[in-house]
Amino acid sequence: MQELKNRIAQLLADGSVQRILGWKKGEMDYDAEPAFFETQASLDDFVYHGFCAANLSKYMIEAAKLPGKTLVCLKPCDSYSFNQLLKEHRVDREKTYIIGVGCSGKLDIDKIRAAGIKGISGISEMENDTLRIETLEGEKSCRRKDVLLERCHVCKGKDHVIFDEQIGSSQDTTDGDRFAAVREIEAMAPEARFAYFQEELGKCIRCNACRNVCPVCNCRKCVFDSTKFDSVQKVNADSFEERMFHIIRAFHVAGRCTDCGECSRVCPQKIPLHLFNRKLIQDINTLYGTYQAGSGLEGKTPLTEYHPEDAEP
Amino acid sequence: MYRINSRQMEMLFRKITEERELYLPVKAGGQVNFAAWTADAEVSLDTLKTVKSPKDAFFPQFESLYTCRTQEGKLTIEAEKRKDRPFVVFGMKACDLKGIQVLDQVFLKEPADSCYAARREKGTIVALACAAPETSCFCPVFGIDPAAPEADVCLWKIGEAYYWKSYTEKGAALTKSVEPLLEAAEDDAVVEKEQARIRTMVKKLPLSSLSLEGWDGAHMNEKFESPLWEQLHRPCLACGTCTFVCPACQCYDIRDYKTAAGVQRYRCWDSCMYSDFTLMAAGNNRTTQMQRFRQRFMHKLVYFPANNDGMYSCTGCGRCVEKCPVSLNIVKVIKAFAKEGAANE
Repeated sequence: MQELKNRIAQLLADGSVQRILGWKKGEMDYDAEPAFFETQASLDDFVYHGFCAANLSKYMIEAAKLPGKTLVCLKPCDSYSFNQLLKEHRVDREKTYIIGVGCSGKLDIDKIRAAGIKGISGISEMENDTLRIETLEGEKSCRRKDVLLERCHVCKGKDHVIFDEQIGSSQDTTDGDRFAAVREIEAMAPEARFAYFQEELGKCIRCNACRNVCPVCNCRKCVFDSTKFDSVQKVNADSFEERMFHIIRAFHVAGRCTDCGECSRVCPQKIPLHLFNRKLIQDINTLYGTYQAGSGLEGKTPLTEYHPEDAEP
Repeated sequence: MYRINSRQMEMLFRKITEERELYLPVKAGGQVNFAAWTADAEVSLDTLKTVKSPKDAFFPQFESLYTCRTQEGKLTIEAEKRKDRPFVVFGMKACDLKGIQVLDQVFLKEPADSCYAARREKGTIVALACAAPETSCFCPVFGIDPAAPEADVCLWKIGEAYYWKSYTEKGAALTKSVEPLLEAAEDDAVVEKEQARIRTMVKKLPLSSLSLEGWDGAHMNEKFESPLWEQLHRPCLACGTCTFVCPACQCYDIRDYKTAAGVQRYRCWDSCMYSDFTLMAAGNNRTTQMQRFRQRFMHKLVYFPANNDGMYSCTGCGRCVEKCPVSLNIVKVIKAFAKEGAANE
């Protein structure tokens, strides 16, 4: 982290960039928040560690409208989101300086708590792939790989698809099959599948965190925020509405979703929202050939290109 | 005081539902929230914080107010019935109880909200002392004692037994209805020891010593005009997580749901984080996210206490601390102002 901190301080000091978009130290070791740093003094609070999971790409839509350049720290998987925004002309590349930061997988505080570790007051990442956890009842530990975010088990790899410079090393943390859960759900009987989604979506409180965090959910005004639309953003009046919101959203991001996993990370009710996206990604791969949104800037995409021989699903 | 073994709880729930509806923490889809008890519900009384607070029991996220129907050219208007069955909310924590006291200030003052008042009248609250407060908790900051929730009935879980103490008439009535399942216990000392243990634990919580100095009506303009808001709101996603998991947020919206057969007028929770919050025919007096973000904290920490004899509309439950997608929360806001204040001195 020190190398990264020194470099961003230097770029801010010499006027190459006007502000830094990174993560700020929280009250605990595990609650760093996205933040803009505009002065050298403010950089005292800059941190980068295993709990800096937030994907900062989407903040660049607004930041790139500010005067001067913004330096943004992007992890390898975040860089796909940034690329997708660039492809959709939602960010200004000229106003952005990208430091591709290394990543060895990000940690899920809720998984640590679910493992029965309560009253957590501090967490240190040790070199031997373990976490040393201070709790109200004394010191505990757990293995890093047991408490990675879901998305890190299907890591996009060590490479940044877009950057101006890279700092820090990365590790591919893949140890799962990206579409395994999708296939399991596909194999369910229709009634069981319906019951599964009803239970999961029945938890939705319409906080809109999934939508607001999603880098490709970037309409200037969402249809669900319109006062002229009967189904408003605040509550699910019935089970039809709760399904409608999530299904419309999944279809709207189809072909554009990079599978960054932020929707599932932020859901307060832990609805596995990424499964909708992965189902659509799998279908696109099957029908139109393997495609990863955000991997490149050139060319048409499966759902924006037409061939007479295209599948009619 | 009474005692009941944890193995008997299922029988207790069954007994309660003979005469009353029963809402308690239930695990569904892997998450624990207050829900109606059923024989196959996975009850989780040991869960410290349900995802949503139990305020739904009195102030539901969605409630129909009335329905208009047109049939053969005739219009009928049918008002929603007020709650008329007694019910029990079982296992509420001290912070969530305080949340209900906050809602009482809003909804029971004249002119009282009849939907809310009917639920308050029919509802009996059985609270449970917090056996293991979390590091995200800061209820002592608001004068709340998690070892002694002020409810109709209070429970303490000690070992395999729940100790049961009734405090009000409603509590006595509920106790009487389930008395055959309870055994009398003269174990005040056991409960006092447990309370002392909880209070010692609470003192160790990292956020429990937060200072609210300067958060009052007297500092309203100074707080409102602070340049800090411009900085603090920047990472906010403008989602409604903090407001919808909060036990004390009380803003609501009234909307019409149109179907082919008619119109349903309903009330639902609103969130100051949402773009149409306080939108009126004449426009909106909060047009930026900074203004909406500021509203949340000014309401909880300045306007509400200024209008309600110093009562804050935050209870320190810490749900927003745990659930904010970007780890931004009321504790960080309070601390940022304290830091700024110290720097200016």
